[in-house]
Amino acid sequence: MELSTDTLTKIDEVVARYPEKQSATLMVIHLIQDEKGCISDGAVEWIAERLEVEPVNIYEVVTFYPMIRREPWGKTHVRVCRTLPCALRGSYKTCRTLEEKLGVKEGHVSEDGDFSIEFMECLADCGKGPVVIVDEKTYEDVQGEAAEKFAELLKNHTLDKDRNFTSYEDGLAKPRKKTVASSKKGTGKK
Amino acid sequence: MAVAKEKRIILKYADARGYSNDLPCYLEHGGYDMLKKAVKSKPEDICEEVLKSGVRGRGGAGFPTGMKWKFLDRKSGKPIYLICNADESEPGTFKDRQIIYKDPHQLIEGMMISAYAIQAKQAFIYIRAEFFEGARILDRAIAEAKAKNLCGDNILGSGYSCEIVVHRGAGAYICGEETGLIESLEGKRPNPRIKPPYFPAVLGVYQCPTIVNNVETLCNVKHILEMGSDAFGQLGIPNNTGTRIWCVSGQVQKPGYFEFECGALTLGEMIYDVCGGLNPGRSLKAVIPGGSSAKVLRADERFTGTHKDGTDFDWGITDIPLDFDGPIAAGSMSGSGGIIVMDDSVDIVEALANINAFYAHESCGQCTPCREGSLWMRKITTRMCSGGAREEDSDLLVSVADQIEGRTICAFGEAAAWPTQSFVAKFKDEFIAKANQPAPDDDAEGPARLQLI
Repeated sequence: MELSTDTLTKIDEVVARYPEKQSATLMVIHLIQDEKGCISDGAVEWIAERLEVEPVNIYEVVTFYPMIRREPWGKTHVRVCRTLPCALRGSYKTCRTLEEKLGVKEGHVSEDGDFSIEFMECLADCGKGPVVIVDEKTYEDVQGEAAEKFAELLKNHTLDKDRNFTSYEDGLAKPRKKTVASSKKGTGKK
Repeated sequence: MAVAKEKRIILKYADARGYSNDLPCYLEHGGYDMLKKAVKSKPEDICEEVLKSGVRGRGGAGFPTGMKWKFLDRKSGKPIYLICNADESEPGTFKDRQIIYKDPHQLIEGMMISAYAIQAKQAFIYIRAEFFEGARILDRAIAEAKAKNLCGDNILGSGYSCEIVVHRGAGAYICGEETGLIESLEGKRPNPRIKPPYFPAVLGVYQCPTIVNNVETLCNVKHILEMGSDAFGQLGIPNNTGTRIWCVSGQVQKPGYFEFECGALTLGEMIYDVCGGLNPGRSLKAVIPGGSSAKVLRADERFTGTHKDGTDFDWGITDIPLDFDGPIAAGSMSGSGGIIVMDDSVDIVEALANINAFYAHESCGQCTPCREGSLWMRKITTRMCSGGAREEDSDLLVSVADQIEGRTICAFGEAAAWPTQSFVAKFKDEFIAKANQPAPDDDAEGPARLQLI
């Protein structure tokens, strides 16, 4: 398995943080998944060697956690919250609207690979459900007509530009002064 | 009587205009003053203050934090670890995210004070992976704090050193259970450990003494130091000290998160005054007061009994005080503070089916009663919603739930059983009625798709 220099550097940084190498398992998995989109058998063996454990130690982790993938999601991955508080505010309908507009059923990737939808468990933003996470941004109150509009924008890749939908992350107050470290460092998928 | 006003201590600045999550802003608001004070005090004095404050854990169990710290095994000579549980995954709970995203330095300061107090060698923040930006915000905040010598080596010249590492989970609810979290942090499947012997304070991460505290709890430590344990203990009511951040979701007009002194208001005041009441034309049907694991309360129930001090209580649902002990007295719990409100439009069987699907998905599979039982409860309630229910199904459901409770390594078993036990006990008529309903209509696409609300 080939990894970019950037990912390799980050892996070295992450592994060094823990008193025991195996502790870095999830963080290394995230870094590799961010680059490759999923964790292949080759990746399982690579991680095992890097962390000095048996491949089965990595494999049992990979097969347990819902967010670890054996096959990549679509280019844009849409997570819709299924759990009760969001369901009470219409998340089943929202999921269906997204499925219809994006042409892909939840749990699947569209034929052209552009979109995938995951109807998943509680995303911890229950006050303003239904909650939808697009890649890494959290959108609230995506229901009814708004959900139709949301799906349309998403399909046309213009959600970012629309002022009717501001993600929880983009709604945060911007840091007022230059900060020490770059905000893009470390975690998550680009 | 007028309804109490919010008392924002932890969320004092989170939503304040112009307040941002960077270090300069935090310092302008008096940030890290308490850490400066802490490192000049004796660690055991801080532990004593936390114990005296009476603060109880905000993650769900409500165990006194100072007591938890006292259980630390200090004789073994092994290094001590502090873990912040930022897995926030109990359905209905969204308070920790407000702290992490909007005021991360408050958490870091609370953690460093706590780490110093227990003399931790290293600290971890276990954050749920869906908080993508949250993890980046914490990483950035830690780097900022380190550059100013507020964590890391030789903190503020005190000779005490402690690194904080942000560790991301990967979407598993069970990682919110402290021993499951520890396994996950060690790079394993998060199968919870059995207690005894694996009490984290004795045998935690790497088999070393470990304290696992919730985000809100660790922030409280800072405020205990700032106010002093006596003043902190004056907030709220005896045995329920300080404030709590309540998260209200579901069918109210203005859901949200609100910080009040413990016991400052009732459930009814929260729903009707703070959250603007139910949607027009709707009436209250049920409330889950402490995250989806908590037992449901029926709107027309009476809750009667005797308090520990010997006084009697006789409450309707709206009279239940919002603190730790009130919801417990009403036969449920305040858990993680997630209040889920349901109005009369809700099909109660579908609501339970929705909850059961959650627990079946999230059971780690280690203990047979939970692994199998949660699946059967999901299957039965799903069948009920697909029109295939039988009248005896409600009894069958309860019998499955009863065989999970008390028979598992961790409290997930209870968390999975309590919704079924309480929903069926309190709404049995609706479960029976469901059995006599026809199946939903199929549509052009084939069989009707299951919609759990």
